[in-house]
Amino acid sequence: MGATVLVVGEQLDGVLSDTTYELAALARQLADGGSVIVAGGGPGFESGAGTIAADTVCVLDGAQMADYLPEAYAAAISALAADRGAELVLAATSAVGLDTAAAVAASLGAPLVSYVVGATREGGALVTTSQLYGGKLLAESEVDGGRVVLTVVPGSTSGEAGRGSAGAVENVAAAAAPGRMSFRRMIRPEAGGVDITKEEILVSVGRGIESQENIEMVEELATAIGGTVSASRPIIDSGWLPKVRQVGKSGVTVKPKLYLAVGISGAPEHLQGMKDAELIIAINTDANAPIFDVADYGICGDLFDVVPALTECATANA
Amino acid sequence: MHIVVPIKEVPDLVEELEVNAAGTDLDREYLKYKINEWDEQALEEALCLKDEAGATVTAIAADTGDVDTYLFTALAKGADRAIKVTGNFARGGDNHTTAAALAGVIGGLGADLVLGGVQAPDDLDGQLPVLLAAQLGLPCVSVVSGVTLNGGTATVRQEYSGGLMAEIDVTLPAVVGVQAARQAPRYAAVSKVRQLMKTVTLEEVAAGSDGQGSGLRIRRLYRPEAAGHAEMIEGSAEEQAKRLFEILAERKLVRR
Ligand SMILES: Cc1cc2nc3c(=O)[nH]c(=O)nc-3n(C[C@H](O)[C@H](O)[C@H](O)COP(=O)(O)OP(=O)(O)OC[C@H]3O[C@@H](n4cnc5c(N)ncnc54)[C@H](O)[C@@H]3O)c2cc1C
Ligand SMILES: Nc1ncnc2c1ncn2[C@@H]1O[C@H](COP(=O)(O)O)[C@@H](O)[C@H]1O
Repeated sequence: MGATVLVVGEQLDGVLSDTTYELAALARQLADGGSVIVAGGGPGFESGAGTIAADTVCVLDGAQMADYLPEAYAAAISALAADRGAELVLAATSAVGLDTAAAVAASLGAPLVSYVVGATREGGALVTTSQLYGGKLLAESEVDGGRVVLTVVPGSTSGEAGRGSAGAVENVAAAAAPGRMSFRRMIRPEAGGVDITKEEILVSVGRGIESQENIEMVEELATAIGGTVSASRPIIDSGWLPKVRQVGKSGVTVKPKLYLAVGISGAPEHLQGMKDAELIIAINTDANAPIFDVADYGICGDLFDVVPALTECATANA
Repeated sequence: MHIVVPIKEVPDLVEELEVNAAGTDLDREYLKYKINEWDEQALEEALCLKDEAGATVTAIAADTGDVDTYLFTALAKGADRAIKVTGNFARGGDNHTTAAALAGVIGGLGADLVLGGVQAPDDLDGQLPVLLAAQLGLPCVSVVSGVTLNGGTATVRQEYSGGLMAEIDVTLPAVVGVQAARQAPRYAAVSKVRQLMKTVTLEEVAAGSDGQGSGLRIRRLYRPEAAGHAEMIEGSAEEQAKRLFEILAERKLVRR
């Protein structure tokens, strides 16, 4: 017996998000013969709707759907979930997903499972695997019957099976929201400066560096091996390096020939932006840091010893 | 303007995380805790709003163990009130229970704005701000970097990838999940925290109900079996650096 699975689709800046395909693929597995519905709004969703492999793609129509508004999206998806009798709702671990999932869960009176990287059915129960503690541990949990809402980590399933063509594309009038939000504008990052997505060698620095002054040490290494400095989010938030240098979920995705991670733990949001680099090398004092799970080579050691030593090696062998 | 900041203590991820004998939770006996780093960002944004135009900032935490330090630290940084919600809480308890308890108290505070950390590393059953908003029936925007206030409206910047952001107006009262404050969190002088601990009594409020729990049961907590763990380079720092340099040189990854 199958279940109706509803996917919270999303778009960014006019382009359908990859996560929507990933969720459609996961939904197909979990539907167990039941139907897969993908719903979303905005121009990127509308234009990509036909390319999603789902039984039904619902394009949410309404004045508040042109630009993403958390409250309007959550109201429209909640109403649709109730209307179509969705037993399982899948959203991404993203701004849209976080806003929407909790609101939908509350409206359905359903449990919510976060940071999901895998889900299967075992008899009547849904068994999920979540990535907790910055990716250091996995939690397998069980949700009994009924309705469930999951937020799924981007990149944790392949989107291949979610691409194809939609069985049907329906326009659905978005349910009215209370109208407590309005969209002002999109703010685009300033162009110019370095483009780390184009660099072949990145020496990436994280919170292990401890202070702004110490970043110089990493810059010296980058110079010695002909690379460019990039960073994890906390370095940017501290104002130690400009935003254009940020790798990860809210930064950019890079695929350099070499990604040398220095004092970076490898939180899921960071890995999202660099795990497909050709060669990953990590230097970290914590042998259990998740970065070592995606790295090809690792050095469990103090960056303040290893980085200067490596710079010296590179300089001496120049 | 009354801004409420919920604060949560979480395990310090830099520490070794051991799983308990039952294999279903952390072994919490010797675990080191710290304030959730995103709650620190939320508090900083609240204090910046206060510095800018005046506001009452209230820090609030469910009494999961040793939250006094975080609440006194919030006071030392400039918060006006600190409330400890007492009840049947445990470290590692679920967020639905915490949200229900906090919402019960926050609902009576006349809050204009609730600024919470966008996420915490142990949010198995959802993030606190979004759960709080659902409980309070308030509008909510997550993943926000930057809040400005204009009378009865907050203008927030919701952050997506690559530095792309949307500016959204939200009618107050509202809940916001803060990703980053406009500036790095300020420090509290340790002497000031100590002095407050000696001279100030935290407000304590009993939680209204025990909540309904998360509806989830953790069967197993375990370390990921990495499909391809890194090949570790051993030796002294000099030896490690030398080997690493050889690997780079072999692959022609050293450009000059
Ligand atoms: C919505 C959202 C989006 C996000 N987007 C991003 C993003 O785009 N990019 C990003 O990076 N993060 C992002 N984050 C943040 C992410 O969750 C982590 O907080 C962040 O990646 C941690 O950065 P870090 O590894 O530098 O710091 P930490 O996790 O603090 O790790 C520091 C590491 O340094 C090691 N270390 C300490 N001292 C030394 C030493 N002397 N020598 C060697 N190693 C040492 C430690 O063992 C530790 O592993 C996002 C979070 C959210 C909620
Ligand atoms: N409690 C603290 N923890 C970590 N760093 C701190 C702390 N207090 C101060 N600092 C740092 O030390 C610098 C000097 O601080 P001060 O103690 O005010 O002279 C500040 O700029 C902070 O970056």
